[in-house]
This record gives sequence, structure tokens and C-alpha cells, in this order.
Amino acid sequence: MILSEPLSFWGGVDATTGRIIDRSHPAVGESVTGKILFMPHGRGSSSSASVIAETIRNGVGPAGFILGEADEIVVTGVFVANSLYGTRIPVIVGDLPGDTGRLVHLDSKAARVVEAK
Amino acid sequence: MVKLSSKDRSMLDGDHGEGVAFAMGLVLKLAEVSGAPELIDISGAHIDGCLYHGESGVDFVQHLVSGGAQVAIPTTLNVSSLDLLHPELYQGSDETADAARRLMDLHVELGCQPTWTCAPYQLPTRPGVGEQIAWGESNAIVFANSVLGARTNRYGDFADLACAVTGRAPFSGLHTDAGRAATVVIQLDLDRSWLAHELFYPLLGHWIGAKCGTGIPAIVGFDCEVGEDDMKALGAAAASSGATAMFHAVGLTPEAATLSIATQGNAVPVWKVPGEDLVRIRESLGYTRGALGAVSVGTPHMSVSEMRNLATLVAGKLSAVPFYVNTSRAVYSEVGPSVVDVLAAFGATVVTDTCTYITPIIGDVSGAVMTNSAKWAYYAPGNLGVEVAFGSLAECVTSAVSGRAELDDPFRL
Repeated sequence: MILSEPLSFWGGVDATTGRIIDRSHPAVGESVTGKILFMPHGRGSSSSASVIAETIRNGVGPAGFILGEADEIVVTGVFVANSLYGTRIPVIVGDLPGDTGRLVHLDSKAARVVEAK
Repeated sequence: MVKLSSKDRSMLDGDHGEGVAFAMGLVLKLAEVSGAPELIDISGAHIDGCLYHGESGVDFVQHLVSGGAQVAIPTTLNVSSLDLLHPELYQGSDETADAARRLMDLHVELGCQPTWTCAPYQLPTRPGVGEQIAWGESNAIVFANSVLGARTNRYGDFADLACAVTGRAPFSGLHTDAGRAATVVIQLDLDRSWLAHELFYPLLGHWIGAKCGTGIPAIVGFDCEVGEDDMKALGAAAASSGATAMFHAVGLTPEAATLSIATQGNAVPVWKVPGEDLVRIRESLGYTRGALGAVSVGTPHMSVSEMRNLATLVAGKLSAVPFYVNTSRAVYSEVGPSVVDVLAAFGATVVTDTCTYITPIIGDVSGAVMTNSAKWAYYAPGNLGVEVAFGSLAECVTSAVSGRAELDDPFRL
């Protein structure tokens, strides 16, 4: 799921349904559940780590993240959920183009795995 | 590769219990992500995770407690979902209140101090210049870095507590000298009367947050004293509209005796603040002039001086609408009956331990809610679904008496 705008989970995602509720976000109404989320960079509240962990706890979280730059909030939320709930959700940081719609090959030179249990 | 001390290694290996090992795993993960070469000792922490967002927060702290962990350094707690001094104010479900209480109790079990305030910099134990700390809560982070000269990155939920339990933090970003250099100069050449008005500070903060993102602005052009309450309003607004974690006020804040000290000699862009932008921000934060349903002041929590100022403003008056005053239990106790009784006679409700924009206290209101806080004005429409009027503390009091938002126009172009 390609998010053209960064998404703050706090105030942006309903942790019980996995739906995007931020009315200013282009993907409002869509579900993050089971998707690999591509985000150019993270955004917003430091409470987002809790909401990411909460979606995973509730079984409505994303299947993984591919980020354009390392985001400590996303990594924290996923690390805690993977540790507490035995999930194996990966976070990958890659050297990504600013535009979308192109096929990109991420190998060990262009990307690194920053979280995976 | 992060260089670990032998004690870091023994914490990671479980020699200090499973809870500490789990926390050290998270600190190490953050160090790897941020590119920190090593971890450093911290002397204090402030925890934002005691506000209830769901069971994962409870699971996390329970995991630490069950693993035998305790905080290793003095640790204060941010606002929670409940006012323990005035529990009757909470209008949410019993189920959520029980869960929120459980989360609060678990933090105290870990050894955190039950301060329940978003303004730990108003406590007597606040850190000083150069102290390495790990704080959560965006407004507290920006105040600690900018006004106190203490050093913290923006720690989110879970991360702040992991640092508190290990007493260690990744040595990166705002913990380092180089990471504190100003990245942009903000020039104030506005009429002096603007700088003398209390609303100027939250409006400037909102502008800075929206323009600077995660950058560090150095503000030049303050040819006046700026008190801590104004600095607090500036920082809280900037950390709401953007991700500001630190600003310099040249000539005023501890690491900005001169502009070249603040920029560490780096060449950075210079931006001017257009007066019309500030007028537009005031309108966008809430320019409703109609009937009021309630007033809420004190986000971040009111200081002793703000409480006394409010008592002077309301003395002998009566509010026509519910009037909420958010503050910490420490400030509430310090100001004592001479202030509290005056506020009560005005009809005000003092809220401690929590805040009206994050927990159900105000309830259904017909009409707008007026506030003197840019942060409250920014978040309350989404959190509570209310319309907002944004004005000074004096305007809030005048409006509460008449029951209608009465806004002056201090900023003329």
C-alpha cells in the first residue's frame, strides 16, 4: 500500500479496525490491515508507537513497513509488538525514489532491515 | 555498530532481569536506527506512556514489572486519563477508567513518581544546563532543550520508559553538541507592541512549527525579557503544529548568547516572520465570536504565576459557563486556598493530573469552547469534536462572564 503522504498512526488510524481516519490524508477510509505500508517518511505524534502496537495487538495492523528514512517511532511500535505478541513484522529502510508508480529493486545495498524478529 | 559498555552488555544478557534486558533491547534498537555510536548515562526521565491508548500500553509496562524491572533514575510521569484528586470529573466508561488506573498503578510500581503533569519543568526537581535526560511529551521536550538547556531527543511511547529502566540513552541528535546547532534563523521585525502581547508567543510558535519541521530555529529580535510562561506557550505550539524539539532565543536561552554561538558558526537560511501569517494563524486556531459552551485554560499545565494571575483576573466575577483550569497537583498544592478559593467563587473547576483535551471531562457543550492554548486549539476539534475560540487569558475570563467569545484585535497590520 503506497502512502503518498506520511501517516501519523495517532489520530490517523483506528486501532480497533485498522482503518485510516485522518480526514486530511489521501487514503482516508482505506484499511492498513495485512498490507505492507510504503511511507516516504514518518510523521507526527510520539504516541504513534502505542497506536501501531495496538493495531498489531488487535490483529488489524500492517504486515510490514518499507520506509524511505529510518523512523524511530515506527521501529519502536513494531519492536514492542513483535516482542510482546510474537509477531514477525519487518521494518525495512530503503533508498527510495520520491515519486511512485515505478518498479524498484531493493537489495542489500539499497535497503537494510532495521526490525525483524 | 553501537559500542556497548560492559554494564550495557550485562543488562542486555539478562544479568539484571528479563525486564531490564527487554528495555535494553529497545534502547539498542533505537541507537542502531539513529546511528548512535554508543549509549550515555542519563540523570532523569519523563514518561508519556501513562496516558491510556489501549491494552498494548498496559502489556508493555506489565512485561517490565513482571520481569523485575525498576526505573534506574528519578522518573516523573506525564498526564494520565484520570484526575485522581477529583475523580468525579471523569465522564468516560468505568471499563476505560479501570484500565487507565491499572496503567497508572503499574508505572508507580516501576518506581516512577506520581507527578501526573505535562509540565515537569515546573517541578522543583527540573534538570539544569547540560544534563542528559530522556523525556517524552512534546511540549516538555522543547522546553527542556530550549529553556533549561538540558539535553533530550524526542522520546516516544515505550522508548522513554526503556531509557528510564536502563538509565541509558542513544548518544545521538540533541544529546550531542553538534546536534543542537540552529538550522535556520527566524528574524522578528514586528512592532514592539506585538511582542508585549501574550498571544504573540503561541502564534509565533505555531508559525515556527509549521515552517521548520524538525529543524532548530534561532529566533533573533527579542529586545525584551520573555518569561517562562511565554516560552512554554511558544514551545508547546511549535511542537503541536510541527516537530520542533528545540529552539534558541538569541540573547535569552542558555545556548544562544549570540547568534553565532546558536548556529555554531554554520551558514543557515534566514526567514522573516510575516505579520499577516500570525493574524491568519490566529483566525485558523479559532475566531468564533458566538455563544460559548465552556472555557478551558492551562494546556500545558498552568504554572504558579499563571494560577495567581488568573485568580487576580477572576476576583469578584462569576463565570456564566463551565470554566476548566488544568494544572498539576504540585502547583495546585503550592498556590493553596488563597488562589483555589477565588477560582471556586468564580465558578471555575480545577482539573489536575490530566487535561480536558485528552479525556472526557467537558462533555457535550452547545457553543464553542474558548481556550488560551494553541495546543488545545490544535487538538481539541479532532479529539472532542468542538468548535474553538482562541484568545488571551484575559479574553477567556471576559468571555466566560458574558457567555460569548469576546476577542480583541491586538495585532493590527
